[in-house]
Amino acid sequence: MSHNTSQQQLEYLKKVKKRKALVCSTQLFLLIAFFVLWEIAAQKNWIDPFLFSQPSRMLAAMGDMAKTGILWKHIGITLYETVVGFVLGTIFGTLIAILLWWNHFISDVTEPYLVVLNSLPKTALAPIIIVWLGNNMTSIIATALMTSIVVTIMTVLNGFLHIDSDKIKLIQTFGGTKKQVLTKIILPASVPTIISALKINVGLSFVGVIVGEFLVAQAGLGYLIVYGSQIFKLDWVMLSVILLAVMAAIMYQMIVFLEKKFLKWRS
Amino acid sequence: MTPMVELKNITIRYHSTSGETKAVSDLSFSVKQGEFVCIVGPSGCGKSSILSMLAGLIKPSSGTFKIHSQTNIGYMLQKDYLLEWRNILSNACLGLEIQNKLTPENMKKVEKLLDLYGLGEFKNHMPSQLSGGMRQRVALIRTLAIQPDVLLLDEPFSALDYQTRLYVSDEIGTIIRKEKKTAILVSHDISEAISLSDRVFVLSHRPATLKSVHKINLSVEERTPMKAREAPEFKDYFNQIWKELDVHVS
Repeated sequence: MSHNTSQQQLEYLKKVKKRKALVCSTQLFLLIAFFVLWEIAAQKNWIDPFLFSQPSRMLAAMGDMAKTGILWKHIGITLYETVVGFVLGTIFGTLIAILLWWNHFISDVTEPYLVVLNSLPKTALAPIIIVWLGNNMTSIIATALMTSIVVTIMTVLNGFLHIDSDKIKLIQTFGGTKKQVLTKIILPASVPTIISALKINVGLSFVGVIVGEFLVAQAGLGYLIVYGSQIFKLDWVMLSVILLAVMAAIMYQMIVFLEKKFLKWRS
Repeated sequence: MTPMVELKNITIRYHSTSGETKAVSDLSFSVKQGEFVCIVGPSGCGKSSILSMLAGLIKPSSGTFKIHSQTNIGYMLQKDYLLEWRNILSNACLGLEIQNKLTPENMKKVEKLLDLYGLGEFKNHMPSQLSGGMRQRVALIRTLAIQPDVLLLDEPFSALDYQTRLYVSDEIGTIIRKEKKTAILVSHDISEAISLSDRVFVLSHRPATLKSVHKINLSVEERTPMKAREAPEFKDYFNQIWKELDVHVS
């Protein structure tokens, strides 16, 4: 910034700052208002707290479950399954994308199948996976993997194919091999694409994990939701949904942090 | 003296499902060691195909070409194509890295080249922090780092704006002469061709054949590309080549 900033510039910066503060405070206000309104509505019996639960009861339920440690177990299991799911989905998806980039014949042959698989709701495969792999955590992780792998393959391969062909020519003019094109150009240039695939996969992996937990019904927040709804413990159900939202937000932010760290050169 | 580069009856055809295109037809020429040659021709006439062939990226459909034994070839593309995720030094070393020649001595040579051409203090900068002209200089050093005997330049200035282009072509032309490299430049800019080269080859419309060769003799004391433009003969060469290029604007 220059040393003699003009009055107008200062006013402009002030305006920008003020607007940002207004946006943030409004966002925070909406969040608080939502829970306060929920609480009041339940206390005044505008809504049936038995069906809709209420923030104070959710907090109490959370306190009870935290004391016995059961809450952390469920959160931990869901978190573990989700992270393993999206990390594996991204790694295997990228590896398959590399294979398809390397061999055009395979990529041409598999293209229509990938398109169909991509539009197929992968959670429809969850019952089949459970039959094959058993009523256990492996099946849940496999379901999470299935939901994220196809879209990863397509996104990453598409990223590979859109890299400037003259950058590849640059490697070839130095007498570089295909492997060098891959390691010096394709992969480093695709880091942004792979990270954006990671972002999509966090959400998709959660979908796979929750559906898997619904079906396997042994542990995790998905289990808590399905079990809670069966015995009409709506406090558990609502609490689990909110915890899921918080976990998804935190994970997304972690990837944003990763992105900033690895992509300094993009600014 | 044996020529550094020699082409004999080269024909290049491209194949696609919609048909066959003849890019180059029965082209022969040779370039001596240390000579700076420029190939001009109408756009899309197949000039770049010739360079791609010399670099070994495509094979001629017929004819033969010879490059003096043990010759290392350096290729400069239309844009700098610096890799945004590498710093300047690492970009300049890319060619060495690919050819597995990234020894400490070679790296020192690259650093010396960067110092020599005013990029020393930018070694650790990222490409996005450099101006277009500086980036193009890094691209040249990346090419020179592998110590090529022949430089192939495929319109390396065409992505720059006019002022930068004059400046960079002057600079890079001077560097290439100083390093005593054999160079083949492809361009559609007539004045650039005359100012830089010893001989200008004029190609016809596609399929490209050799239309004429102009030996450029300019009466200036110091033959830098910028000074060359002030020579009295400059405009005569320009007009002659312009006529031969036979540009139709319709």
